[in-house]
Amino acid sequence: MKFWTSMGVLFLAALGAALSGVNEYFFYAGYIVLTFVVLSTAWNILGGYAGYVNFGTGAFFGLGSYSAVVLFKALQAPLAVQIAAAALVGAALGFGVGLLTLRLRGIFFAIATVAILFICETLMVNWRYVGGATGLQLLRPEVMAPFGSYTRMLFVVMALLALVAISVARYIQVGWIGRGLRAIRDSEEAAESSGVPTLRLKLFACTVSGALMGAAGAPMPMYLSFIEPASTFSLNWGVSALAMPMIGGTAHWIGPVIGALLLGSIQQIVTVTISNEINVLVVGVLLVAFVVLAPDGIYGLFRKWLRSSR
Amino acid sequence: MIFGMPPELWFEAVLFGVLLGCFYAAVSIGLSVSFGLLDVPHVAHPALMVFGSYCTWVVASWGLDPILAGVLLMPLFFVVGVLLYRFYYETFERRGTEAGVRGLAFFFGIAFIVEVGLILGFGVDQRTVQAPYIGSSLELGDYRIPYRMLVAFGVALVLTFALTIYLSKTFTGRAIKAVAQDEPALRLMGANPVRIKQWAFGIATGVSALAGAMLIIIGPVEPALDRLYIGRTFCVVVLAGLGSMTGTLAAGLILGVAESLVLIHPSLGASWAPAVAFGLLLLVLGVRPQGLFGR
Amino acid sequence: MASILQVENVSKHFGGFTALNGVSLEIAQGERFGLIGPNGSGKTTLINCIAGALRNESGSIRFNDAEISRMPAYKRTRLGIARSFQVPRPFHSMTVLENLLVPSAYVTHLKDSEGEARGMEILKGIGLAGKAHALANQLSQVELRKLELARAMAAKPRLLISDEAMAGLSGSEVDEVLKILFDLNEKGITIIMIEHIMQAVMRFSQRVVCLDAGKIICEGTPSSIVQNPDVQKAYLGA
Repeated sequence: MKFWTSMGVLFLAALGAALSGVNEYFFYAGYIVLTFVVLSTAWNILGGYAGYVNFGTGAFFGLGSYSAVVLFKALQAPLAVQIAAAALVGAALGFGVGLLTLRLRGIFFAIATVAILFICETLMVNWRYVGGATGLQLLRPEVMAPFGSYTRMLFVVMALLALVAISVARYIQVGWIGRGLRAIRDSEEAAESSGVPTLRLKLFACTVSGALMGAAGAPMPMYLSFIEPASTFSLNWGVSALAMPMIGGTAHWIGPVIGALLLGSIQQIVTVTISNEINVLVVGVLLVAFVVLAPDGIYGLFRKWLRSSR
Repeated sequence: MIFGMPPELWFEAVLFGVLLGCFYAAVSIGLSVSFGLLDVPHVAHPALMVFGSYCTWVVASWGLDPILAGVLLMPLFFVVGVLLYRFYYETFERRGTEAGVRGLAFFFGIAFIVEVGLILGFGVDQRTVQAPYIGSSLELGDYRIPYRMLVAFGVALVLTFALTIYLSKTFTGRAIKAVAQDEPALRLMGANPVRIKQWAFGIATGVSALAGAMLIIIGPVEPALDRLYIGRTFCVVVLAGLGSMTGTLAAGLILGVAESLVLIHPSLGASWAPAVAFGLLLLVLGVRPQGLFGR
Repeated sequence: MASILQVENVSKHFGGFTALNGVSLEIAQGERFGLIGPNGSGKTTLINCIAGALRNESGSIRFNDAEISRMPAYKRTRLGIARSFQVPRPFHSMTVLENLLVPSAYVTHLKDSEGEARGMEILKGIGLAGKAHALANQLSQVELRKLELARAMAAKPRLLISDEAMAGLSGSEVDEVLKILFDLNEKGITIIMIEHIMQAVMRFSQRVVCLDAGKIICEGTPSSIVQNPDVQKAYLGA
């Protein structure tokens, strides 16, 4: 009950902010940070809970974006439909990649996700309908009242998606599915011999993860008024979606949120004040630092501190 | 015409593909050792290789031939490899428990740090090297084979054979193969598996220096090139079958010819080329994950 | 006596190496069955094929009259085959009790509250109740072995395969584990024991089979097996 109340309060806060006079830049940057909340939460369902690392977050995210573009261009589909379709495409991709490689060792799945990323990029580069390598300009539809700008509306939409993602992650984590995934992560062989249908659970986690990533990609073309393959299918999305849960903590749904809020904000600041390259360097260095020194992430450090101060 | 290409085009594609394939085999052979034999999730291998390319560029700019530069860099890279493995082992493999996820994340992070380091140090522009054999071609009838491809082909063959012989004929080499197959037995024989693995990883990284030199000879390099080569190197290693050195050559040839065909095909071309290695990789994983000659 | 497990002509290869070469055996319900053989003889491969961790390439494996050789391991566990691992594989991020909640959720489909109650009973029976809330990665060797067995027990098996559960344990620790297995057998659970500790095999088994190089070389009572010259040759070398 506490959870839902806090979620409700946060959403109302987001809504309230969007309707207030807060600086436009806040929503511009906040949208990206919220996108990362969804991506890192989604990543963690498979990566943190089950222990299967996805490098190719950009593929799911990107296909979600391009699905939205196709529906918008062909049918002038409203945003809600775009998001739903993107989620389906992300789910299908997750299921497909999972079926192909989750039977194998973790590193093969990880490499397969990189393969999917490049293949998706190559497909979109060669598809003229969506603009090929140069990309496509998009005209935003009229913004819905009561929002003052399209960006503010997208901010609220992404806040809602973040809520959905967190709720899904939490539901999985505390239930029997989460226990099975944890068993898989700790010892897949022992899990299988304890009655856990490992392949099915992994496929489930991969599908759900893919769906959320795809959904997160759908509003992006509208946010940028533009889409092109290189930045959409960049490996940079993958390193962020991986670094944020590893920094925040992979064992609990709140870890990716902490990581996304923290690292996402740092990224926004660094990109604007220094450069995009330093931004990637910061992500890489923090990732390695946490993986080596604090593998349980910020959440883990917090738990340790709690236990030791008793 | 077969599949939209006349026979002359096929021949040219296969010819070029064989040369390219040997090059791919040579740049993947380090990964064959570090990932194929030692089971290290070394997704930073291509990044280190690109780093080798840039080091070659620096040394070559002092007037040395690039191949020579690459060879001279090998001992330095050997040391880097030993230290990197030692660090990886102490931090991850020792503890055992969640090494899988963390090991992957670690090397992924290292790859990014190396790539960004190169951007900060050298900028995003492409770099090339100069040498007498770069720029001119050998003319055989209607076909022109760039000399730099022949040089890379030659170095690649030498490298592959040297490493294969080392692993099967020398004591240390056989110990490396043994540690991949049966570590407890090796321990019982009194050998220290960690030192052997360290040495092997050092060799794999040292080889990457020369691979990097060949990379910049074959064509211009830029810091983000490692991303594409993750596909090519892992494709070769997985297609070959983990732990098979000779398989690396065969797999490299298959990839080289496949890419070459796509590159030369009139309706496909360079915009489809990146997908070949990754597509082939997925195909192998789906159909025959143990590769051609896997253990 | 009804037969619970029938292994017929099972073979398994790893590349060029033949691990199992046409192995056949039959185990009766409620039996205490010992499986011995030198290192590399195929014992673990055989039980991996029975439990489902590996697929046999030829031959059939029938459990309670159902053909199981194409079934994934988790389905076999749900049918009633449980196994412990030679090198313990605890769920290291969970407590001892939580380890047992995995099979109770996935095999016996108990809610967590019921699963915990049943889990505590099992832990009490094997002497691990005090460590119920300790993290699994903090246990000693013998405690880990017991946890392996406890986890197998939580799956309510009809057939339990104990893979070298006593390796490296002291005399009194071996007795502890042996007592657990005897108690389980008394409740009607068929037990296959793989062991190198001969005195344990002798005391426990009603019938013993000896494997060497992927083939069964001898079958019979414990005393007859030990005196068999082929068995002695297999262990001591030609």
